[in-house]
Amino acid sequence: MSAPTAPLGIVILCHTALRRAAQVARFWLQAGCPVVLHIDRAVPEAELQALREDLGAHPLLRFSPRHRCDWGSWQLVVATQEASALLLKEFPSVGHVLLSSGSCLPLRPAADLLAHLESHPQTDFIESVSIDHADWITGGLSEERFTLYFPFNWRRQRWLFDRFVDLQRKLSLRRRIPAPLRPHMGSQWWCMTRATLDAILTDPNRARYERYFRQNWIPDESYFQTLARLHGREIESRSLTLVKFDRHGRPNLFYDDHLQLLRRSDCFLARKIWPEAERLYSFFLTDQAKALDPITPEPAKIDRYFALAEKQRIEGRAGLYMQSRFPGADSATTKTAAPYSVFTGFEHVFQNFDYWLGQVTGARVHGHLFAPEAVQFHGGARVWHGAISSSAAIRDYNPRMFLTNLLWATRPERLCFLHGPGDTMDGALSWFMATDTNAQISVIRGAWLLALQDAAGTDAEKIARAGQLHRQEQDWIESLTSRHTLARVRIWTLADVMQDPGARLSEIAREIAGEAALAAHAVPPLRASDGFAAFLGRMRNQGLPAQVLKECQF
Amino acid sequence: MGVLRQLRLRAERQAKLLRCLRKSASLRTVQNRTDLIRPRDALVFTTLRNEMVRLPFFLDYYRAQGVRQFLIVDNGSTDGSAEYLAQQRDVSLWSTTASYKAAGYGVDWLNHLLWLYGAGHWVLVVDVDEFFVYPFCDTRPLQALTDWLEAQGRRSFGAMLLDMYPKGPVTAQPYTSGQNPFEIARWFDAGNYTIQRNPDYHNLWIQGGVRQRVVMAHDPGKAPALNKIPLVFWNRKYAYKSSTHMILPRGLNRVYDQGGGELASGVLLHAKFLDTIVAKAQEELQRGQHYASSREYRAYEDTLARNQDLWCEWSTEYINWRQLEILGLMSKGDWA
Repeated sequence: MSAPTAPLGIVILCHTALRRAAQVARFWLQAGCPVVLHIDRAVPEAELQALREDLGAHPLLRFSPRHRCDWGSWQLVVATQEASALLLKEFPSVGHVLLSSGSCLPLRPAADLLAHLESHPQTDFIESVSIDHADWITGGLSEERFTLYFPFNWRRQRWLFDRFVDLQRKLSLRRRIPAPLRPHMGSQWWCMTRATLDAILTDPNRARYERYFRQNWIPDESYFQTLARLHGREIESRSLTLVKFDRHGRPNLFYDDHLQLLRRSDCFLARKIWPEAERLYSFFLTDQAKALDPITPEPAKIDRYFALAEKQRIEGRAGLYMQSRFPGADSATTKTAAPYSVFTGFEHVFQNFDYWLGQVTGARVHGHLFAPEAVQFHGGARVWHGAISSSAAIRDYNPRMFLTNLLWATRPERLCFLHGPGDTMDGALSWFMATDTNAQISVIRGAWLLALQDAAGTDAEKIARAGQLHRQEQDWIESLTSRHTLARVRIWTLADVMQDPGARLSEIAREIAGEAALAAHAVPPLRASDGFAAFLGRMRNQGLPAQVLKECQF
Repeated sequence: MGVLRQLRLRAERQAKLLRCLRKSASLRTVQNRTDLIRPRDALVFTTLRNEMVRLPFFLDYYRAQGVRQFLIVDNGSTDGSAEYLAQQRDVSLWSTTASYKAAGYGVDWLNHLLWLYGAGHWVLVVDVDEFFVYPFCDTRPLQALTDWLEAQGRRSFGAMLLDMYPKGPVTAQPYTSGQNPFEIARWFDAGNYTIQRNPDYHNLWIQGGVRQRVVMAHDPGKAPALNKIPLVFWNRKYAYKSSTHMILPRGLNRVYDQGGGELASGVLLHAKFLDTIVAKAQEELQRGQHYASSREYRAYEDTLARNQDLWCEWSTEYINWRQLEILGLMSKGDWA
């Protein structure tokens, strides 16, 4: 025997990747810790033989009687009881027993754990939470684990399991919890003192408790956790083994690239380790860890890492449409990646409106993104962020995704663009913007008449054009004023704006960039509108309906 | 879903499997090493023609990810591809001189080999110019991904095709055998993809990228499909429908989340735009064995003959999978 027997014994429950279990067992044996291996009955004899040969005979190594341990089954408890009893009996100097699995990996040198236990000789390290507060449980029942019957296997007989639970609920069937037990539950990986464990194993009521726990759901998370409360003197309700569960209650695996993360854990062990994570095994089981500078534990960092992954799976990245995230129209998710502003008619009323808006707000102001001939990107660019083409044909193939792609590619830059009845106004796109909480849409009704006045062509042509533009504008406004509209919408008549152009513009600029932005910039000059009244009169006389003109007079 | 529709889909799938059996009659075994396949091995399935220059890098790329065997159909290569492959210890090779087009662009042959050898394995069905990138592929072997997918109860994994291209004319930087093609074709379009959901088969139909922006700009609706489902835990009841864009039963096509969350997904880097494409386009145009009267190859010839640069000032230079993740082209999902 190389080292004196350490006061810590290890129970390892293995069912796969025995090669790894052997590696970990050797780690403990080398530190002088007695090890009892429980090899699941399902493991083929040949693999067991290979393991025995691999480990060889060691005075501190024992094998406990084999059971077939399905996930969450009572047999897991039995295997643990027998292995612990064997350990306590064979190694009288053992003061603490650590329960671990074949996929647990020590994160710190054995001496660190031994020192920790030496300074806490009476403490049981077992996560043991009263079921009244066990709201952390993911993917399962909490109190009902203790009060219902569970004759069916959750993994293999799920349908029967669920139906039987439903039935018992309907019949209000309840089992009595044997006095004086107060149900507790927690991580199945614990480290308890000889005294507590002995008391649990030799409790005169053990048979009665067992009859009860046998019926529980996942008794390996409640048997020792409950009984430790009965017999333990000092309980630190925290496992020494780091386990990160996903939302289905399955433990996340650790891989080679988690090495730095695991080094920051304040736990002594971690599970589950992916069996092929060669780098983790070779790092933590040798003295490489000692050779590096000690690292300050930051367990919150590990929590954050896994919480972020969970968030990405559940919520995803807002405004992203891609091969594995394609929210439907009725999904509650935000439709676009960032706020944006749409302006209808402003460029006809104010000179250089887009330039002014960019100057005042610092936002990126494009021209008419949906102009019929081509996309009018800022500065006349032919291609934009994300390699988005200015081709009208490509844009019109899927206008909605043209917009969502642009917003995604340029986030968090603030996007503004001009959009009006002269553009390709796709009904689905209008509806999409109107029901998007990120959209701010400001409209000056009838401003297109100002542009029409200046346009080339005969009055007859203009009347025909006016009819089209008016219809387009009507459709646009209809989308924006629906009761389903979620965008921030402002609709002014030309007359409204003309009364106080400055006030209207500052309202808009303020919403985009806040108060401060406005101070340094004057309101842009109005476009000349000489003869507009006369133009309207002419139009009316040529047959343009009066209601089209009504809102435009100022 | 109506029972009738379900029956129709099942009939379609079974007809497809039968057709594959019939089409496979033309396959001649050159080298069968499938007895070396071990129970948990990931397998690559490929069909190719005259790809000798690409093969060394292709095989090494997937070997490095932990692929144990390649099952390859050679469609009448004349450049030594078949001889080279027959010498590789981890390649099983079949050969045929039958029509690629009549075999559903090679799908029928592969479906049959999948039926024979794929069941119970994770299979990766890729072309010789497609390079699979998945979350953590720089630190975790393919088996880490497939183990995780299996634990999640997933049977298929999506990876969209990402067209890579060089800066400058494609002929300016010749590709030499064994070289990483992405040393040359280092650029891609990061954010111009459009998606529609196929109501019949439930797959997403993705288009865009450089092929739409430059090659098919005049007719964007005809731009090729980029959605792919190349990684599947195979079962004898499965069949690819058209290339790896669609698979039956259609539940396997649902590799996306519709409630706002993200499923894990990868990317197939597509090394098509190398100098080798010029000769290929000419050959394929003569053979007329590609989709829609080889319309795509005709467009390539036009584009490339004019020496047009595929690169633009908003092209993105490839770094690694994390970059693709941040850009939103693929996702880790909840694989942490």
